[in-house]
Amino acid sequence: MSNRFVSPRVAAVPPSGIRRFFDVAGTMKDAISLGVGEPDFVTPYHIRSAAIDSLLDGETQYTPNKGLLSLRKEIALYLQDRFSISYDPEKEMMVTVGASEAIDLALRVCLRPGDEVILPDPGYVSYAPCVTFAGGTPVPVTTKAENEFRLTAQEVESAITKKTRALIFPYPNNPTGAVMTREEMEKIAQVVEKHDLLVIADEIYIELTYEGDMLSFASLPGMKERTVLINGFSKAFAMTGWRLGYACAPEEILYEMNKIHQYAIMCAPRQAQVAGQQALKKNRENGYEDVQMMHRSYDRRRRVMVDALRKMGLSCFEPRGAFYCFPSIRETGLTSEEFCTRLLREQKVVCVPGDAFGPSGQGHIRCCYATDLNRMIEAFHRMDKFIQSL
Amino acid sequence: MQSLKAQILEILSQDCRTPLERVAIMTGANLEQVAQTIDELERDRVILQYSPVINWDRTDKERVEAMIEVKVTPQRDMGFDAIAGRIYRFEEVKSVYLMSGSYDLLVLVEARTLKELALFVSEKLSPLESVTGTSTSFVLKRYKQDGVIFVGESTDKRMAVSP
Repeated sequence: MSNRFVSPRVAAVPPSGIRRFFDVAGTMKDAISLGVGEPDFVTPYHIRSAAIDSLLDGETQYTPNKGLLSLRKEIALYLQDRFSISYDPEKEMMVTVGASEAIDLALRVCLRPGDEVILPDPGYVSYAPCVTFAGGTPVPVTTKAENEFRLTAQEVESAITKKTRALIFPYPNNPTGAVMTREEMEKIAQVVEKHDLLVIADEIYIELTYEGDMLSFASLPGMKERTVLINGFSKAFAMTGWRLGYACAPEEILYEMNKIHQYAIMCAPRQAQVAGQQALKKNRENGYEDVQMMHRSYDRRRRVMVDALRKMGLSCFEPRGAFYCFPSIRETGLTSEEFCTRLLREQKVVCVPGDAFGPSGQGHIRCCYATDLNRMIEAFHRMDKFIQSL
Repeated sequence: MQSLKAQILEILSQDCRTPLERVAIMTGANLEQVAQTIDELERDRVILQYSPVINWDRTDKERVEAMIEVKVTPQRDMGFDAIAGRIYRFEEVKSVYLMSGSYDLLVLVEARTLKELALFVSEKLSPLESVTGTSTSFVLKRYKQDGVIFVGESTDKRMAVSP
């Protein structure tokens, strides 16, 4: 028995509900999965090719801790070009191993023991555990389908206590597909300013905004100095497996984040950085062709999925970003877990139970439309059959 | 934002069997608009035909294909169009392109057997008055056509569930 060596703080955090479900799904043959959380595109060939060339040229060494300066300069140009925000590539920016590392770094740098962090519920699975690992306390704020899963300034403000240090602001949202409007973001900006909170803006899905402004939180007046902007290459360029992200923050915060990164990680893999640089450079030159092509494809499948789910009788908020639908299955009388488990056993379709994304996700399931259209339509037939059988 | 025409062309170029109802859902246009736009595209000869990409090697049909580089003498006032017309009317001819470079016309020809194809070149193509030379290359293996990769299986390499 070696568990006496395990810290109770770590042991107390349960493993991701998604992984638990994965064990069942993984053993099913012929299952159609709407349970994935990544693009169905392969990284564009010119990007892969740049990484291969780099390997063949013998670029197998470390890079600077913050990442290749040439990549950071491209990121700076990209942020300026797409979101009209300026960051100094030398002092206010670092390249990380996926956006996930950046989230972890920001929390570890900014939280003191007992600090509270407000985060939308349902939300991405890693925020609350990362807050806990960093010694803080996650404070989930329920977002509602009737508000189109947007976070309201009022709800944020009513969750604030003397201990609140930060707000995690992940829009477009996984799993709900919610996108914030400029007006709502401005109201939230007023609240965080009034209470002097840090904002950790996870904008990994920002390129996949189908309706409304593609607005980065840090671009709001006065917000840059209290925002850690987090983004990466996984979703916009279909580069999930490369593990490449970045963080932009005021110099004082970034300096400390880089210190942890320096000691714990060293640097993001060099070939991923080379690939990321190619992705940004080529797309800046050709009007974001790769991004637009995938955006159009997701957008069409989004409409097909919403239509199909509604025709099945499920009430489904029309997602405006990311690549998920988050329909309610409450009318079936089943819990999210029961629905997904039975759907998988009886009709071999994988969806993710909504409560894997926090207690407020109960009564919902997450369905990913980054799925081959014909497979997706077959999945809808099966789901419909399943619902009819209840 | 793409125009409805551009959206429809992109959708049909990926799968021309996409039902109109689905095209309407995908584009957010109504069914009537979609049908009308497709009619227009057909009438304006933007959409000429709806045909599948077929891997004939997986069928039992015998078939050979060749690309023939053809040098011709252009005709006064008609340029290359007249001679191209003489060539593209043969039913063995699948495609004809006017090319820049060391020859003039690229002709894609399909026949049942090698012999048939050779006879086409020697008896039909070469004897044409304006044709001054041909160079025939046979297709050995098709890797990709019309954006579709023919070799290997495409598999989804993603895990069934991920965050």
